Amino acid sequence: MTWILDKKRPLCPQISEQLCILIASGQLKAGDRLMSVRDVAVAASVTPNTVQKSFEQLEQTGVIYSKRGSGWYVSENSEIAKTVLSGLIREKTKAYLDDMRSLGLSIEQILTNIKEYSYE
Amino acid sequence: MSELLVCSHLSKRYGSKQALNDISLSIESGKIIGLLGPNGAGKTTLIKIINGLLKPTSGMVSIGGYQPSVDTKKIISYLPDVNYLYHWMTVEQIVSMFSEFYEDFRTELAYEMLSRLGIEKKARLKTLSKGNKEKVSLILVMSRNALLYVLDEPIAGVDPATRDYIITTIINNYNPSASVLISTHLISDIEEVLDDVIFIKGGRIVLHNTVDEIREQHQKSVDDLFREVFKW
Repeated sequence: MTWILDKKRPLCPQISEQLCILIASGQLKAGDRLMSVRDVAVAASVTPNTVQKSFEQLEQTGVIYSKRGSGWYVSENSEIAKTVLSGLIREKTKAYLDDMRSLGLSIEQILTNIKEYSYE
Repeated sequence: MSELLVCSHLSKRYGSKQALNDISLSIESGKIIGLLGPNGAGKTTLIKIINGLLKPTSGMVSIGGYQPSVDTKKIISYLPDVNYLYHWMTVEQIVSMFSEFYEDFRTELAYEMLSRLGIEKKARLKTLSKGNKEKVSLILVMSRNALLYVLDEPIAGVDPATRDYIITTIINNYNPSASVLISTHLISDIEEVLDDVIFIKGGRIVLHNTVDEIREQHQKSVDDLFREVFKW
């Protein structure tokens, strides 16, 4: 996967979000072993401390758990990851709608555009 | 985490020019820190003092509890901002020179990194491309098992692929008991890999914070903030 990170936002929550997306979308399933801190750090080109902090926060919220000496695993409860994903979808959709409305489009025109351009 | 590098009230004057003005900072183990500032801000002067190549006019610096000396050369691995390798040497000769100079040099690791790049042992340094020379210099420095890695402008003037290689090599060699101090004026290329940043301007520290705190507080990248602070 590619890690696309927003330069204006703190990195740690962005790493957490991306991992939640992988879990909520089923690319990582309950009981799956996560990539190591170093692998994520190299793949996303971020400092290992950021990834470590993000893993620890995800553990605190119950999205993943750690096994001593063998790494991090996806927990059975994927509800939190799904909540994070739907929050992101909501946020991005609203931002898109705000953008389009500021260009003077009505919701009908926006829907027409979505249908038209999604076939391109 | 323990304090690895401590500078207290460091000043350096060259004749009438005040290159460093009352610099105090401390750096813990396990961090990747950016020393950021425009040309002439004092980055290289500070780095040379940390490495014992210059003496401060006043103030003190300690690395792992030692003043700059033979003791600190054993724990600091330094990449200068100028090419310091003998161009007539072969890769093999320079590796063996480093392993003789530094007790903590990991020859196997150096060869492993060199072979991954396809750089031959028998190749003379002068026959390597500029990018490969930079990579060899970095490999030599990162192959030491040091407590503090000091990289002076490692990404200036290299192509994007070399820059990515340098960043990946720094992350891959990350070790929680060591820290990496990287000076640069090219922030946007490297800010994601930094834990903390130190902005230096006119010989003074104007900001020392974590990358995520800066983004949280200012809602902008460190690079954007840098451009604001250093507007002229």
